[in-house]
Amino acid sequence: MTAFFHHFMYDFRIGLREKSLLMLNYLFPLGFYVLMGLLMTGLNPTFAPTMIPSMILVAVMACTLLGLPNPVVESREAGIFRSFKINGVPALSIISIPVLSNFVHMILVSIIITVTAGPFFKAGIPANWGYFVLILLLTIFTFASLGMLIGVVAPNSRYIVLFSQLIFLPSMILGGLMIPSNMLPPALFRISLLLPTVHSMNAWRGLAFNMEPAFNPYSSVLILLVSGVIAFILAIYLFNWDSKNKLSGRNPLLALLTLLPFVIGAIFLGG
Amino acid sequence: MQDYVVQVKDFRKVYGDMAAVDGISFEVQQGEIFGLLGPNGAGKTTTMESLEGLRQPSSGTLKIFDIDPTRQPKRLHHLLGVQLQASSLPGSMTPNEAMEFFCAYHQVNPRHDLLERLGLGEKKLSQYSTLSTGQQRRLALALAIAHDPPVVLLDEPTAGLDVGSRVELHEVMAEMRAKGATIILATHDMAEAEKMADRVAILLKGKIAATGSPTQLTASGRGLVKISVLSETGSLLKNAGVFPAVSQQIIKDEYVIFYSRDAGETAPAIFDFLKIQDDRLVDLRVERPTLEDRFLEITQPDSSNGGES
Repeated sequence: MTAFFHHFMYDFRIGLREKSLLMLNYLFPLGFYVLMGLLMTGLNPTFAPTMIPSMILVAVMACTLLGLPNPVVESREAGIFRSFKINGVPALSIISIPVLSNFVHMILVSIIITVTAGPFFKAGIPANWGYFVLILLLTIFTFASLGMLIGVVAPNSRYIVLFSQLIFLPSMILGGLMIPSNMLPPALFRISLLLPTVHSMNAWRGLAFNMEPAFNPYSSVLILLVSGVIAFILAIYLFNWDSKNKLSGRNPLLALLTLLPFVIGAIFLGG
Repeated sequence: MQDYVVQVKDFRKVYGDMAAVDGISFEVQQGEIFGLLGPNGAGKTTTMESLEGLRQPSSGTLKIFDIDPTRQPKRLHHLLGVQLQASSLPGSMTPNEAMEFFCAYHQVNPRHDLLERLGLGEKKLSQYSTLSTGQQRRLALALAIAHDPPVVLLDEPTAGLDVGSRVELHEVMAEMRAKGATIILATHDMAEAEKMADRVAILLKGKIAATGSPTQLTASGRGLVKISVLSETGSLLKNAGVFPAVSQQIIKDEYVIFYSRDAGETAPAIFDFLKIQDDRLVDLRVERPTLEDRFLEITQPDSSNGGES
């Protein structure tokens, strides 16, 4: 437990100490939040009621999809994981501790957004705080697991950009952050169901903000949970200590299994 | 306690068609410093990393305290101290943090005194990325031995170290041996192996070409004594002549170097020659064959050193 705690505290400090992580964990999402608060609330009247979950989702995506995978690939390539392995640091700690420290960073950012968005930008306040927190935790877990899985399977930093942007960019456009996903044309709406942000927004709208969800919000909760659990398990299963000497020999294409819940959702919820 | 702490039997590691290590066997006793020597690509690091559990053998067995490093790596973590040839730490981690981090996983108190001893006291709060190569190597060594492991594997530990740090490292190794630790040392530094190792194995193209104590290995060679001579007028350079028992002679930096089977025959003949030439001796050195000479004999049999003229 002491080792785990030491490792966790170290990882958390790194999230504040390293400039690139500080940027992705705090400066970019909070700067973007202020900018959107100043611009979008005036331009788009549908934005303010769901501004809090939208901005939290941007923060979570920046922290997990853009911030989490790179240190994993860099550590593997630089031989840092080899040092960890010979000193008895378990793979479970390497996978779970960054996920946990991201939880703390994201909860801090979420608190800042939630506390300030109402008074400063007249944002909608959650009607059900229990569901709000529950969906927040589930969203961070799912995205952090996805980010970790990307770091585990990406052969190098260039692939991280590719894999992360495959989720990040469509989510920004189609993910229900700026406009509700049920306002999209039917074909785009079906495609948008492949994005985790759509399910987080749908669950928050339906369960925490007393707004009309695009579809059953409990299905969104289930899809996020199953996908997050699959991603977390696969991140441990596919983890390699060494970029040159792969002991596991497991097929990284297995990572695609984590998309299965979203595909099933798109088939059954899109109609 | 077993007779042998480390046992390697018929170990083979193949990459595609190439055997990096081709059926080597050796044992290391408790309290012994065992040197693994060999040119680049001989298989030293592959052997070390397989003992550390970082690589899986293609065939054969490797055991440390009867534990298979590949199958039961968790049982070995507290028993093994490892300084890898190529490893790293997170760039923003400080030596202090690294010591606390790894000692926590080894369930021992952090050994900040080791950082001081290895000359990292002033750098203990600096980030890893700002340390010099030598400082990074010293930190890796401190982390490897902080939990007082009974077996220590050091892969090129003195690479990039200055003279002072090298001496300090040798003192630390001697202390560990005195406490009963077993050390396997992979090195290119023949002087280090000769000074520190109780036994060495010379690896060549994945096989053990020679093994024994440095003294045994040196004695088993052609045993040519090196006689280096510098004279005032350089008469030896112009006309060295033929001296008894000399197998080969070369010229280097104004010195004439003779490789002799019997220095007792060669040296007086050189003195006589200088007297006849009316020349005066400025410097004469007689050196017994070193482990390096023996190493070169084995690894580069066609090299000039000691080859017949």
